[in-house]
Amino acid sequence: MAHMTMGAEGLRSVPALLARNASQYGTSPAYREKEYGIWQSWTWADTAKEVEALALGLLNLGVNEGDFIAIIGRNRPYLYWSMVAAQCVGAIPVPLYQDAVAEEMEYVLDHCGARFAIVSDQEQVDKVIEVQDRLHQFEHMIYLDPRGLRKYDHTRLHQFSHVQDQGRAAYDEFINELQARSSKLDYDSTCVMLYTSGTTGKPKGVVLSNRNIIETAKASSEFDHLKANDEVLAYLPMAWVGDFIFSIGQAYWTGFCVNCPESPETMMTDLREIAPSYYFAPPRVFETQLTQIMIRMEDSGAFKKKTFDYFMKHARKVGPAILDGHPVSAIDRLKYKLGEVMVYGPLKNALGFSDVRVGYTAGEAIGPEIFDFYRSLGINLKQLYGQTEASVFITQQPDGEVRSDTVGVPSPGVEIRIADNGEVFYRSPGVFVEYYKNAESTADTKDSEGWVATGDAGFIEEATGHLRIIDRAKDVGAMADGAMFAPKYVENKLKFYPNILEAVVFGAGRDRCCAFINIDLTAVGNWAERNNIAYASYQELAGHKQVLDTIQAHIEEVNASIAQDEMLSGCQVHRFLVLHKELDADDGELTRTRKVRRKIIGEKFEDLVNALYDGSTSVYTETEVTYEDGRKGKIKATLEIRDAKVVPASNQRMAAE
Amino acid sequence: MKDTEGYVTADGRQIGGTLMEMRNITLRFGGVVAIQDISFDIREGEVRAIIGPNGAGKSSMLNVISGFYTPSEGEVWYKGAKRPPMKPFEVARQGVARTFQNIALFEGMTVLDNVMTGRLTHMNAGLASQALWWGKARDEEMENREKVERVIDFLEIQNIRKTPVGRLPYGLKKRVELARALAAEPSILLLDEPMAGMNVEEKEDMSRFILDVNDEFGTTICLIEHDMGVVMDLSDRVVVMDYGKKIGDGTPDEVRNNQDVIDAYLGVPH
Repeated sequence: MAHMTMGAEGLRSVPALLARNASQYGTSPAYREKEYGIWQSWTWADTAKEVEALALGLLNLGVNEGDFIAIIGRNRPYLYWSMVAAQCVGAIPVPLYQDAVAEEMEYVLDHCGARFAIVSDQEQVDKVIEVQDRLHQFEHMIYLDPRGLRKYDHTRLHQFSHVQDQGRAAYDEFINELQARSSKLDYDSTCVMLYTSGTTGKPKGVVLSNRNIIETAKASSEFDHLKANDEVLAYLPMAWVGDFIFSIGQAYWTGFCVNCPESPETMMTDLREIAPSYYFAPPRVFETQLTQIMIRMEDSGAFKKKTFDYFMKHARKVGPAILDGHPVSAIDRLKYKLGEVMVYGPLKNALGFSDVRVGYTAGEAIGPEIFDFYRSLGINLKQLYGQTEASVFITQQPDGEVRSDTVGVPSPGVEIRIADNGEVFYRSPGVFVEYYKNAESTADTKDSEGWVATGDAGFIEEATGHLRIIDRAKDVGAMADGAMFAPKYVENKLKFYPNILEAVVFGAGRDRCCAFINIDLTAVGNWAERNNIAYASYQELAGHKQVLDTIQAHIEEVNASIAQDEMLSGCQVHRFLVLHKELDADDGELTRTRKVRRKIIGEKFEDLVNALYDGSTSVYTETEVTYEDGRKGKIKATLEIRDAKVVPASNQRMAAE
Repeated sequence: MKDTEGYVTADGRQIGGTLMEMRNITLRFGGVVAIQDISFDIREGEVRAIIGPNGAGKSSMLNVISGFYTPSEGEVWYKGAKRPPMKPFEVARQGVARTFQNIALFEGMTVLDNVMTGRLTHMNAGLASQALWWGKARDEEMENREKVERVIDFLEIQNIRKTPVGRLPYGLKKRVELARALAAEPSILLLDEPMAGMNVEEKEDMSRFILDVNDEFGTTICLIEHDMGVVMDLSDRVVVMDYGKKIGDGTPDEVRNNQDVIDAYLGVPH
């Protein structure tokens, strides 16, 4: 750990870290990407050269200090280099969500006044061209994949490799300028600007300085003992702060290798081939994987199924204890070892988790069964709690203190305070500088002493010092009779069922709770296949009587479990319907990080909400949907509304006594 | 006949001189005349379509081009020389690759292996070298695999690289067939109804791939298609056939306004 004792002196920007890595880890791999069926790799020395060539090319194109450069595309080494090259020339990289539609991009590009954009392919080029006439500051676009772009007007359009070639050719002309600009960067210069997806309102540009990123990367790398020979798979959106911290912040601080998948469809195969040692995924990914395993086990032969069930039962019993280093009897240990050979090892291998030393999940609550499943296999899966505004880390779980219902202890350097209304506040070196061009919001979120409001309600467990999050502070409301209403709490319980992909619970200011349910097409579709139930569309399956019966059973189980919680027993779901379409970010119903936008859904499906509360047994509705290419269409449906059994809270308590 | 100057298309592409020419082709099966005295040319870099109602003789024409049928009368000129009667594999060696109307892939083999078969015409290592996996055979395999991987990347089928073709849906099989034909690095690519049986989305994808192939590799494309919308959007020039005769030839617009073509498609009493 020579570089750590060296301190952060002189290493006050990402380009400075790159220079250190190029000299210190010059020959070890910095990036890998699978292309043409083979893992192509670049060492740190190669990376420094590529970044330099691009930075010179950018100077050649006329990038000024303080310019914003939009970066749009899936995770590729070239786009990571683009971010660092932008920093080298004193510009600010702004990664955008690649699946955003043109209008969303227009807002962000206009808000930051980007003069340049570096994009992946024709699809992104087309989107930017569609809106560029309305952006008066926009000048040049650089693309990676030339396919289909040959006939485009190339006066303001450049191929990535050509920009690099021109940069190399103009080396003598610009190298002094480049070095001058890079050496000017310090802890206070802006490292990156990331737009929050925003569950309400327009996205806000979060400005993060080099101090924020590097201090956070340093503290979190030390917390989990990350090493230069660790491997990560970069597959989460580049516009998301987590990817920036893992694939740039921590990667440049510790010098580990970032691997990029061949295409989004091959992600799972690539994961297996790379077998990362440090892995991050939102709960959704773990859920999907578990669902797939279970589906495949259902389809397997009797012997395999029995073996799997037998050893998984044992793993659930002793696996987490072994992982946490608690005492476990020798016989159980032996049996677990046998299970490792028979089931756990091959399963981890198939999932690509053989080498995972540290795994994190965050962004949403994870179901306890799902969490325990992975931990029982011996995968050190932990939870963290974070925000863009905090450069990710607020709290995280130390090794050996992992539970599914807490989000851990404050990360190194982070202070936590709980306000009187239950809202969680934090202060840390990672706290963002400001919201770009939005002093009002900045002041609302961050006070003069540097405390930031998370917007989440929670409390610290006295015995352990772990933070527990209840819900979004502004979502926690009251029902008509004054009882506490925490929709997210109920929705999470519902979403833990594999058949339920998404749930939206209504009830603030009402006399009872009702819910919208989205079925999970993979799980329910497989069930339909195995039971010979024919269906032609998502809509038809979602309206099937047996599907409704299953969902009803799930809701009733959840009601029974909620009834045991004195504070929240009023949140039981009285009536529900299964939505005829999947909630989608393209329709504005979810954020790009797939969080439900409660208010928008409530307004958009007002007719359905009313039907839930007026006692009708079915409702006819028409919904506008946006297709992937931006066209709009309508779907019509008649939905059945059902009553679910609720458990009177008082009875429950009596029964328990 | 000796026009080799080429022309510029509506979207600004430069089309080269004549690459292949059919001169007074007639094809008979016993007493049935499948093709009757047809002449047309295919120029370098263009997308040439052959259209016509069912039974017009389109596929027979394609089979003549690919060497599967030898014409009863007439000559095929390719790259400035008259082509002697030859076997289809010899034609393929000359740079003519094709896809089939009814998918003709090896169902039990993976996508990768299927596409590799497209490179067979470029492999000439000896039996011993192949068997020992040494020397020329190995070098060749690596070189060919790289070419194949570029095609796989181009057609975006990386995720099914190792999947047996038999397990793929129809639309993807069509794409794999295109990949195999492309792997041969043909001068002329013959597509026999590339969109048949596809849904709108698959047709859009396939159209994009065909245009991209033409644009990226400069491959000359000759296609047969039923979907008029697709033909009119994709092709630079169109040959129209009906009952074995050529009834029209020209740009999509010219063909669209040709009375004989309208009659053939809408039907008039013969």
